[in-house]
Amino acid sequence: MDRDEHVFDDRTPGVEEHEPSASYVSYTVGLALAILATIASFVVSQTNLLWPPGIAVGLLVLAIAQIGVHLVFFLHLGSGSDNTNNILALAYGVWIVFLVITGSIWIIANLHANMMDM
Amino acid sequence: MTIAETDFVPADVARGRGGGGPAPTRTVVAYGFWIFLLSDFILFSGLFAAYAVLSNQTAGGPSGAELFNLRNVFIETMCLLLSSYSCGIGALAAERRHVDYFYVSAVFTFLLGAAFLFIEFSEFANMINAGAGPSRSAFLSAFFTLVGTHGAHVTLGLLWFIYMIAQVYAKGLRPHVLRRLLCFSLFWHALDIVWIGVLTLVYLMGAR
Repeated sequence: MDRDEHVFDDRTPGVEEHEPSASYVSYTVGLALAILATIASFVVSQTNLLWPPGIAVGLLVLAIAQIGVHLVFFLHLGSGSDNTNNILALAYGVWIVFLVITGSIWIIANLHANMMDM
Repeated sequence: MTIAETDFVPADVARGRGGGGPAPTRTVVAYGFWIFLLSDFILFSGLFAAYAVLSNQTAGGPSGAELFNLRNVFIETMCLLLSSYSCGIGALAAERRHVDYFYVSAVFTFLLGAAFLFIEFSEFANMINAGAGPSRSAFLSAFFTLVGTHGAHVTLGLLWFIYMIAQVYAKGLRPHVLRRLLCFSLFWHALDIVWIGVLTLVYLMGAR
């Protein structure tokens, strides 16, 4: 038997909280929040509830909120000290994703603006 | 006295940051898999960037607003979300050695994932039949690459899940099987996170 399996000291993504009974509840709360965010995204995109030029920003905010819900309630990433390694790795990943996406959009928009009309 | 004999965790036990010796296997495995998932997100970020740049280059062909059926997309989103939830519940049941609950949630996880794939593939087939295949325009090339890569991940995930159910059946809920289940569960949640990006950038912004 693996003796070290019983040491739940360091936290990693997906490893549940120390109090076992709380985790089914945490998943269900996460599901409810995720469904709310999804429905809100569809409503925002299909109606003029938001000021129309701001809809893209609204959708982006809802998407980031829902990703946060998934990370906290499904992947159990928290802000505790045992999560330092996971959060640092995540922060680096988010940084690279941000650089790739905004960098591409920025550069291609510049190229596009400098193109002659065909 | 060994660690297994104590109910409390002493302050100098392994914390994965150099003190107290090596971290538990489970921690190391899940952390390594987390790093893999982050690299997978970076792969998707390249495809998202390509799509964002090319989404208006329809070359006279159909645009997203003409092609996307948001009712189907909503059903797809709910299938994947509930599959992810069911997978998490199954992983918790497995941790507690409730093998029956694990099988029940495994059936839901698999069927909901398969329903997602079925809707996605029929959407692809309809688009290709209507002359809106990946070779029609830069927009559609980027669309099929991004959404198709996500679909390929879900397909591989389902195959991996069948293999995991077989391992639970054949070997029982041993520690190394539980670690593999933990990795699968992380993978499945990560695919749902990528889908939030696809839903927002491709479908919701594209259908306006």
